[in-house]
Parts: sequence; structure tokens; C-alpha cells
Amino acid sequence: MKSEKSLTVLDSLNLGLQRAFQDDMRAILLGEDILDPYGGAFKVTKGLSTQFPDRVLTTPISEAAIAGIAGGLALRGMHPVAEIMFGDFSTLIADQVINHIAKFSEVYQTDTPVVIRTPMGGRRGYGPTHSQTLEKLFLGIPGLTVLAPSHILGENELGGPGKLLYDAITDFSTPVFFVENKLQYLLKLLTLADLEEFDVRTYDIPGNLRSPITHFAIQSAPKASLTVTAYGYMAHLALEAMHQLAYEHEIFCELLVPTRLAPFELEPLFDSVSRTSKLLAVEEGTLSMGWGAEVLARTSEALGAGLKMTSRLGARESVIPAAPDLESGCLPGVKDIITRVKEMVGK
Amino acid sequence: MHKNASMYEKLYTIRQFEILLIEKFPTGIFPGTTHTSLGQEANAVGVLSHLDAGDIVVSNHRGHGHFLAYGGDPRALFAELMGKPSGVCGGIGGSQHLHWRNFYSSGIQGGTLAMASGMALAEKEAGSQNIVVDFMGDGTLGEGIVYECLNIISLWGLPILIVLENNHIAQTTQVEKAVAGSIPERFEAFGLPVEHIDSSDILEISPRAGRLMGEVRAQKEPRVLIIETARLGTHSKGDDTRTPQEIELLWQARDPVAIQGARLLKEERDRINLQVEEKLQSALKYAMENEEAA
Ligand SMILES: Cc1ncc(C[n+]2csc(CCOP(=O)(O)OP(=O)(O)O)c2C)c(N)n1
Ligand SMILES: [Mg+2]
Repeated sequence: MKSEKSLTVLDSLNLGLQRAFQDDMRAILLGEDILDPYGGAFKVTKGLSTQFPDRVLTTPISEAAIAGIAGGLALRGMHPVAEIMFGDFSTLIADQVINHIAKFSEVYQTDTPVVIRTPMGGRRGYGPTHSQTLEKLFLGIPGLTVLAPSHILGENELGGPGKLLYDAITDFSTPVFFVENKLQYLLKLLTLADLEEFDVRTYDIPGNLRSPITHFAIQSAPKASLTVTAYGYMAHLALEAMHQLAYEHEIFCELLVPTRLAPFELEPLFDSVSRTSKLLAVEEGTLSMGWGAEVLARTSEALGAGLKMTSRLGARESVIPAAPDLESGCLPGVKDIITRVKEMVGK
Repeated sequence: MHKNASMYEKLYTIRQFEILLIEKFPTGIFPGTTHTSLGQEANAVGVLSHLDAGDIVVSNHRGHGHFLAYGGDPRALFAELMGKPSGVCGGIGGSQHLHWRNFYSSGIQGGTLAMASGMALAEKEAGSQNIVVDFMGDGTLGEGIVYECLNIISLWGLPILIVLENNHIAQTTQVEKAVAGSIPERFEAFGLPVEHIDSSDILEISPRAGRLMGEVRAQKEPRVLIIETARLGTHSKGDDTRTPQEIELLWQARDPVAIQGARLLKEERDRINLQVEEKLQSALKYAMENEEAA
């Protein structure tokens, strides 16, 4: 195994899956092309079918059935994990998730421990149908928890993404939509040692699954003039922007990175914004009716006049082009965050 | 009670439940809507009388008959339809969403076959003797997920009996307007063995269902039972576009209660009718008066 130092988000997720399958005999994996030696389109499931051949099932190209079968397995006491090869294909599981799985717990009064994992996101030149960030379609569905791992390691080697996935599989009784990101897979996990220039605090949000919100501030900096919030791969870009803003522009921000997108629980964000009074929400999906819109609405409801200025950054409202330069013009990057923050603080 | 009489009693219980429901609907005690299984009682009883204790039933929007044949309590079903806490699902599910023991139903056409397949896979993984019985209608053959599931059911050899109740109509749409080609061949194309019955007679349905369920259990393989049947009532509360003459002909030819009832002596039939009617009247009264779970 790789040393902790060089672990990536991908390694961590893979490790989380392996641990879950070692510890939990009820775990069972379904997905397209997940068998070794291929091990899944993004290799998150690599090695699993070799170690646990009876509990790793490769499926036909049938996303709705994959999700629905996972639901049925959960009703009979298994802990299914379904991989949807690309996040874009989650449109095909919408009925199973919304009308079936997310309702089982309440209507049938029974546990429904389903985990559906999928990679969202662009910046790989895959074009209009393999690059989207669609999780907003699954936010606000009663009974469905939406998680997005961050690349912050946490307190032990199975911290961060792998731990979040492990807990969701082994120790959570209602359905989870687990949103990964293609570029985030490649990120090295950040330990506290990597984050020396930051003050890092982690808040556990209420609920029986540990899905922390991480709070970043620049060490020994003057009072922050703005709060930024972002998750998943955008949290990485926001952290980078925050660093540059501090060291190149002398603008200081706080950054909040949630790992649970739904149900919404944003108390630590409200605390930060009550100090800075300005909030920027950054997401990779399109802005309209998105995650950021809900975050801003909730912060505004919580803080009233204490919230003085808000803004959002997200994908342009268009298809995501395949050509790399066109694509990058369409998705929010570090520069966009820096520019927007400077506008918001009047510099 | 001899076998013919007890079968008749079960059929008549479902019939009488639905009749009371239709009768009382206009009084407003049942909110929302409901689909009744008039004419399809022999499918429910004929199939589900062969269940073992651990077997699983996945039903659909037209599921009262299935629920009662499974052994569900008519008091709890009435209460559920009234939206009461004492109902099968505390009033949350209503007519189309029931869960009691290993009985599950839902109101989304076709999607439940995926749940049923997952349940069958769980039983297979656990190495149990349990099987899954999944009911669906002819109109549901229009849903794409059905074919994703048929493919997987066959590939993975899942222990499931699919019962296709072909009543030749889906809401108002005749099967000829909705289903191209041959229905059995749709299943056979996936390598699923099909048994095809054109009957509303429980004595024809029951043994063949029993044999198929035995095969599913013993061989841990899927089977399909297609039953040509008739919907004698409206789709839901009062929507039917068929002519009264057409429906009258169906009642004359395809009423499973009449078919089985004709095998009993009049006195015996009358006695059973009276008992069932009293039982269901008191179930209805119980459901109306009681808040506690039945
Ligand atoms: C996905 C979905 N589409 C449409 C409906 C509305 N609907 C309820 S029952 C029904 C007809 C179903 O016909 P069939 O499968 O033949 O069953 P039957 O009613 O004849 O028992 C329709 C269209 C639904 N419940 N779910
Ligand atoms: Mg029909």
C-alpha cells in the first residue's frame, strides 16, 4: 500500500471500499465494468472483485436497474454500493432514487442502507454528456442524503473520502448519493502538515453519519473580509484561490467545505458569515436553482441584515464543450474566484 | 372447510372488500383514489396460496387482492385507505404503497421490478429457500426498466416468479394499442421460461402457479406466468371507457367468484357469503372507529 503521504482521493475511496468489504459481510457492489483487471472506469473499485469475488457483480448497461436492485438488496438487509459510471448517467436512476429508494424508509418503515456513488465534473474534455455536475437534481429529496467527500485527510489514514464512504456503507441506515469528482480523484489528500499556512477546524454536523464541515482561515491573518464556501473539487480550487488572495493580494477569506450537501446543515457557515457579512458560494454545476442558491437563501434567512453581500460562481448555463479551451471557459476556476472576491471586497 | 369452499371464501373476501370500498367511496370516508381488483381475484389467491413463510411479494397499484390473499388484515387495509394511523402503513402509503411482513407494493409502474430483483438477489446471496413473486400488468410492459430487469433476472438466475396479469387494458388503453408483438416472446427473448394461461378459474391457475413456484424454489431460477384475465371494474374510482355491454360480457364469461362459486352448493355458498360479508362489515366498522393499529 502507498504511504499515507502520497495517498490520493482515489486511493482513499478505494481503501474505504476495501475496508468496508472486509468489515461488513453485508456489503455488496454493483456496477458496470467494475471487475478486475479493469476495476471500473475510474478505478475506484479496483481490486475489489479479486478480493471479494462473490460480492462484486458486474452489470449490464442498466443504470436504473442497478439502482433499483440496490434498493431491493437493502430492503433485505444487505449493504449495497452501486457505481454509476459517470455522474451524467444519474438522470437514468432518478425514478429509482426519488420514487422508490428515498421513500422506502418512511413508507415501508424499514432501513434502506443504499450507497450510490458516481463521479461528476468536467475539465477532462469529455464533452457535453460526460462532464456535468448534476447533483443539484438530487438535493432536497426527502429521505436522501447527498455526500461529497473532501480531500482533507482528517484524523487518521482512513480519514477524509475513504472514511466518509466507509461510514456511509457500513453504518448508515438511509440512502446516500455519494458525489465524487473526476479531477478530485487525482488530488493528494491534505494532512494538517500540508496546511501549515491555514488554521483548520473541523465541525461535525448533527446526524448519525460523521460528515464534517471543515473551516479554513489564513494563519495569523487580519480579520477575514469574506466567507467562501465550496465542496468537492471546487473546494480545492477555492483553497488555492484563498491562498493566492492572501499572499498576493492581501485579501483574507474564510473557507467552509461541507461534505454533506443534503439535508442542509450550515451552522458553521452562518458563524463565519456573521463575522465577515459577505458570502461567495462556488460550485461546478450551473447556477440556476443550484446548491449555491440554497446556501445563500438559508444564510440570508439565518442572518437577516447580518448578511450584507452575496455572490455565486458556477458553470456557464450552456452545454460543456469538449474542446479544452472552450470547456475551461465554461467552468469556474481559480482566477474566477479571485476576480469575484476582489469585486466583492471592492479591490 | 373443504378446499373448494375455502378457495371460494378467499375469492369472495377480496370481492367483498372491493365492493364495500366502491360502495363507501362516495361517502367520503376514503380520501384520494383507489384501484380495485374486481375480476382478478383468482390470480391473487391462486398464486399466493402457494407462498412459504419467508417468501416475498411485490405488488402494484392494483394490490388489495394481493395483500388480502397474502394474509393481510382487512381492518388494517381499510384503515390505510382511510388514511388512519392504524392503517398498514400508518396512512402514509394509502392504496398503492403497502408494506406488511414480506409484502411490498408501490404505485410506480415497472420500477418495482427492480426492487423485486434486488430482493431476489439478496435471497440468492443468502442461500435461502425464499422466492419473490412480482405482479405486474400488461400496460407496464411499456416501461423500459422492465427489460433491464428481465435481462438481469435471467443472467443472474434470480429466484423470482413474475406474474403478468394481462387484463387487456391499462387505465383506458387497450393492450393492442400499447404492446407490439407477442407478450410471451418478450420474456422468451431473455431466456425466461413462460407459462401462459387464459383463464379466470382458480382451479386452472392455482396448480400451475404452484408448480412454477416450486420450480423457482427448487431450481433457483426465474419463471414467468402470464394470465389472461379481465378487469371487471373501472380503472380507479369511476373511469372506464369500455361500453357497458362489453363489461357485461366480461362479467358473464370471466367472473372468478362466480366460476368458483358454481362449484359449491347454494346453501354453502350463501353461508360463506354471509360470514364474509359480516366479517368485512365489522372490519370496516373497526377501521372507522379505531385509531390503534389493528
Ligand atoms: C410510471 C407510471 N406511469 C403511469 C402511471 C399511471 N397509471 C397507473 S395504473 C396505470 C395502468 C396500468 O396498466 P396495467 O399495467 O395494465 O395494470 P392494470 O391497471 O391493468 O392492472 C397507469 C397508466 C403510473 N402509476 N406509473
Ligand atoms: Mg392491464
